[in-house]
Amino acid sequence: MAHVFFGYFAGMIAITSILVVALRNPVYSALSLLVMFFHVAGLYVTLHAEFLAAVQVIVYAGAILVLYLFVVMLLNVKRDDRYHSQWRIAAFVCIPLSIEFLVLLSGNMEAANHQPVSLLVEPHAADNTLAIGQTLFSTYLFPFEVASLILLVAMIGAIVLAKRDIGENETKDMTRAPGAQ
Amino acid sequence: MSEFGLRLAISLTQIAAVMGIVVVTVLLLTLAERKVLGWMQDRMGPMEVGPYGILQPFADAIKLFFKEDIIPAGANKFLFTMAPVLCLIPAFIGFAVIPWGPNWTLEIGGITVKPFVISDINIGILYILAFASIGAYGIILGGWASNSKYSLLGGLRSAAQIISYELNVGLSIIGVVILAGSLSLVKITDAQAGWFWNWYLFALPAPQIFAFVVYVISSVAETNRVPFDLPEAESELVAGFFTEYSGLRFAFFFLAEYANMVLVSCVAAALFLGGWNAPYPGTILELLGFPSLSWIESTMWFAVKTYSFLFLFFWLRATLPRLRYDQLMRFGWKVLLPIALANIVVTAIAVFITQ
Repeated sequence: MAHVFFGYFAGMIAITSILVVALRNPVYSALSLLVMFFHVAGLYVTLHAEFLAAVQVIVYAGAILVLYLFVVMLLNVKRDDRYHSQWRIAAFVCIPLSIEFLVLLSGNMEAANHQPVSLLVEPHAADNTLAIGQTLFSTYLFPFEVASLILLVAMIGAIVLAKRDIGENETKDMTRAPGAQ
Repeated sequence: MSEFGLRLAISLTQIAAVMGIVVVTVLLLTLAERKVLGWMQDRMGPMEVGPYGILQPFADAIKLFFKEDIIPAGANKFLFTMAPVLCLIPAFIGFAVIPWGPNWTLEIGGITVKPFVISDINIGILYILAFASIGAYGIILGGWASNSKYSLLGGLRSAAQIISYELNVGLSIIGVVILAGSLSLVKITDAQAGWFWNWYLFALPAPQIFAFVVYVISSVAETNRVPFDLPEAESELVAGFFTEYSGLRFAFFFLAEYANMVLVSCVAAALFLGGWNAPYPGTILELLGFPSLSWIESTMWFAVKTYSFLFLFFWLRATLPRLRYDQLMRFGWKVLLPIALANIVVTAIAVFITQ
């Protein structure tokens, strides 16, 4: 049963990921990305990581992708062909990546058969939210704090870039697009 | 495989029952809203169909069902058809984790069944938040696919509003989650048993009054209701994202909006007001010697709490004027968000000290 689910989710993830870059209409691309996020969340559920699955949907599908869609619709990109013939760049990126992939696969055959020993918590624990919280705030406390600091810096940077000085463009204020707060 | 079949049959029965209750509630709400608004504005409300207009919802349903279903010529047909469904499914799917009554277990053919909740998953509240955020896609895609400037503006406004206020909903819930130590709605409700001061609205060591206020305001905004109904502001955008929709597809959007209202009311009742717990310990029916019937009292308490919230929605609609867009965004980000964050800090410190 688990293999059937894994096969379905993995297959759908592969197909929709290809569709994201292959489709010509950017709105359809965004939608295939949405379907992909859902199936990744499904994979997490089959691994008994329900918390990660919910967070995956809330953060990626619920917030980030909506913003993508927002931008795509506001820019109103009409099947722009400029980005569809970049074979040289694609080859330049993909060939080293696939070679690396093959090397890793061939070199780590016996390692893949071993169970990873670095798992600190029982993966099938009844309450994985608790397990994630305890791991984050004990073993990985320092990386966690560093990550939140980086995010804070990024947030402040975005505010500084987007902010206007008070009084500047006061007359244009009423004609400004809504949401440009 | 018969065990699997039995499990499936039980789940489908539960789902059908919950769907039925929700749809009946929505039908009631369409009438109740117009009647309540009428009374508050010193009118009679609908009076034509049936005695006192009580058959009005059926008349509305028949009208919507038989109206011509128009797809505008310039519309994206696929997305135009998908959008109402994308809006409706997330609104209904959230009810799967709502506990309607006591946390009982029944044995049916060797299978343990919880009769009053379809699925008690350990991330219940996150599950509801996840699907609530998916509901925005139906609105934004419906607005885009209509190929109309009013629809597009309505859809974009709605997406911005839902993202902004969803954050406040999520943050206001965290206080309750800290107090309960669980994300499961069943466990959160069970933790509020006893007298009404055990409800998380009043519970020591950290009463969640501010979180409750933030949750109620944000949930009104998230369901696009007055005074936050900018996505469908008639005076500026005709009807917002569903301007081009008619007939059954419009009915889907309509149904989704009301189902969302019921859902946020259920969540508010379960998180802050003790869910199906009565304001006193136990139930009266149990004291009178009918312990097997006490679920009726519990579910009635849940219904009372939910319907009070729904009444609040109508009351707000009759009372408040619509906010301007910049006021809406400023209120969400500069007032509600700091309150919700401060509430988390205070709750965390209080729980840490008293533990």
